[in-house]
Amino acid sequence: MKVRVIVERRKTPLSNPYVNEFEVDVDETANVISVLMEIRKNPVTVTGERVSPVSFECSCLEEVCGACTMNINGVARQACSALVKHLGNKIYLSPLRKFPVLRDLVVDRKKIFEGLRRVKAWIPIDGTHGLGPGPKVSEKTQRIGYKISRCMSCGVCMEACPQVNDRSNFIGPAVIAQVLLFNIHPTGAMIKEDRLEALIDEGGISECGNAQNCVKACPKQVPLTFSIAKLNRDTLFYSIKRLLDS
Amino acid sequence: MSAGCEVIVVGGGLAGLMATIVACENNLRVKLFTLLPAKRSHSVCAQGGINASVNTKGEGDSPDIHFYETIYGGDFLANQPPVKAMCENAPNIVYLLDRMGVMFNRTPEGFLDFRRFGGTRYHRTAFAGATTGQQILYALDEQVRRFEASGLVKKFTGWEFLRAIIDDDNVCRGIVAGNIHTQEIEYFKADAVVIATGGLGMIFGKSTNSVICTGSAQSILYKQGVKYANGEFIQVHPTAIAGGDKLRLISESVRGEGGRIWTYKDGKPWYFLEEKYPKYGNLVPRDIASREIFNVCVNMGLGIDGKNQVYLDVTHIDRETLEYKLGGVLEIYEKFMGEDPYTKPMKVFPAVHYTMGGLWVDYDQMTNIKGLFAAGECEYQYHGANRLGANSLLSCIHGGMVAGKRIPDYIKGLEKSCDDIKEDVFERDREFVIAKFQKLKSMKGSENPYQLHKELGELMTENVTVIRYNDKLAKTIEKIKELKERFKNIDILDNSDFGNQSLFFANQLENMLDLALVITKGALLRNESRGSHYKPEFPQRDDENFLKTTIAVYDEKSDEPQISYEPVDISLIKPVARKYD
Repeated sequence: MKVRVIVERRKTPLSNPYVNEFEVDVDETANVISVLMEIRKNPVTVTGERVSPVSFECSCLEEVCGACTMNINGVARQACSALVKHLGNKIYLSPLRKFPVLRDLVVDRKKIFEGLRRVKAWIPIDGTHGLGPGPKVSEKTQRIGYKISRCMSCGVCMEACPQVNDRSNFIGPAVIAQVLLFNIHPTGAMIKEDRLEALIDEGGISECGNAQNCVKACPKQVPLTFSIAKLNRDTLFYSIKRLLDS
Repeated sequence: MSAGCEVIVVGGGLAGLMATIVACENNLRVKLFTLLPAKRSHSVCAQGGINASVNTKGEGDSPDIHFYETIYGGDFLANQPPVKAMCENAPNIVYLLDRMGVMFNRTPEGFLDFRRFGGTRYHRTAFAGATTGQQILYALDEQVRRFEASGLVKKFTGWEFLRAIIDDDNVCRGIVAGNIHTQEIEYFKADAVVIATGGLGMIFGKSTNSVICTGSAQSILYKQGVKYANGEFIQVHPTAIAGGDKLRLISESVRGEGGRIWTYKDGKPWYFLEEKYPKYGNLVPRDIASREIFNVCVNMGLGIDGKNQVYLDVTHIDRETLEYKLGGVLEIYEKFMGEDPYTKPMKVFPAVHYTMGGLWVDYDQMTNIKGLFAAGECEYQYHGANRLGANSLLSCIHGGMVAGKRIPDYIKGLEKSCDDIKEDVFERDREFVIAKFQKLKSMKGSENPYQLHKELGELMTENVTVIRYNDKLAKTIEKIKELKERFKNIDILDNSDFGNQSLFFANQLENMLDLALVITKGALLRNESRGSHYKPEFPQRDDENFLKTTIAVYDEKSDEPQISYEPVDISLIKPVARKYD
């Protein structure tokens, strides 16, 4: 099966974007990663020009690591699970727009991880020494927690969110949902005020414009809007309480 | 020892993160080097679970039984004391992960739930749906982020390990690493270095491994004089799905929850594993299941639709249970194969999955170079000739813990710290790497490195996996040497100074070729069948000649591994014949 691939490229973070068009022959089961791998084996464009292979990031190739996220025909998703047979015979690849481009399709998503640090997305354990089992967790809590915990920090929700842009420092839906994960855990709840505090800070939950694009775009069905709604309530109560206590 | 002492950890998977956490708890500062953000490490792919004999199902399971089954499952090739220590530590590890907030599946009473896995008849495997590795990796990543926030951890994301710095007294003093984006090559000093760089599936081209699992770091160290042990023991997982870019794992937990393997014989479903191994059925260890599937498809020609594939069937299990316990893995099948595994049996075939062999380490996880530790899949210590399912997450975390605990004492005992070492010791290794990369960058030959890699993968998969013949292995060694020659004529494809992926890949490829020789030569010389290593010409295990650890040491003159053997510590369990029928 022959497919045309148009790749938006960039040589360095500051250089101007340009486009290369390739044609590759792949089989029925091929995904966008296979296409990019084929190009590496023979990096020649449709006009016969030899070019450098397209730089792209990928790792697990089974949609659990989040590395290979890019815009495919204008939609942000993982390249590994984007099967060529569903994409038509012309595929347009470009890097994520909401993150700085490093080269070609590779972007720097460190702001997601900085967000996780800001909201203290961890359980404050005493240490790794033997302290017996953790607190009991009900099956119900586990089911919600597990859904949120499948978030792979891929950045698709931020790409889809109109509130994440050059003019705002919105922390984004993924990081907000992680707050709920740690606040419903019995030990995690011990520092839940710290997390709520971070959420009412600048660039926090109040930046959400309720467009609800995030939850539709999320490849792992993380309950993003559910989490944001829940935390909207929690931060509101927390703010009122803080006001009364002051 | 002061808080000024620094430790370098290379690798952001379970082993590296655990070593980082324990080192930080001992007030050591850690520089963590990873190719990608730690959250994207290959540990994320582990699906089924983690073993610990907590005996919550009242079956009488115990760490002693876990220990016995791990040694037995590994066909008695593992040194026994460290395996015993690991199995005894397992319940602590699972409790610790539970305290870290891993969303393990629960029983109705709120206790941790456990499922069955291969090579045992106990419910010993704690799990978080079918994405357990991901969930555990995230929990450790979160703890490391906590130490990052408190200033003890500094992350070097997007830096690749390129060389260990070993001083004139044969002590490791740091590493040379390269930034895969900016292309800077720098040295970093440390009083101890932990290598936790995972597996090497890429040597086989397509495998269940992530594409970052090249074994490149291990190969570099082997060429620097680190011993490499049991390289020939490569686990082929019985159930994976084919793809042009990789072979995707379908977890053993699918069979742990009742999934059945079958194909048609004489027009009727034939459950060949259940028939041949009535006691363990579909949950025989992986080496055995892979050989049986291989035999049914390749030798008997009974694969589904005449192809190399058999059915893995869960259609008899109710949807609610499947979604709760196996949702993650069934989703992978559905997304990539476009068929509904809830109603149609999955089509699977064996695929390269794991290396039991790796860098030689002592019981404290230290290699033969002082101050250079290794933990996780990149070392050889815990699985003998075949790894049991759900023991890998365990060995990664346990190994990282052991290394992290040993390092403070090691540093205390040092006469000189890395700051006392002359600058030119570091500089010479940096210059060595820079020269190497300059040479690679100037290569304008006619061979495409990605094409060469494909050929290496096909060669290794064809000859050095489930069934091994000496004539083919000897030929494979010659072919690898040919590939090494052709490598000298590669075209680097990209001459840019920023984000040049071909350059780093070419370096990895050269390292893969050397490690491929270690694997194949070890296989050629081991004339017996043990665990994953199976030779029809020598179908029996031969304890008299081969109850030994294979040790490969790089010989610069011949540019080949020298193979020798060392005895296995069998002081705790006497070897017996390994049977599962």
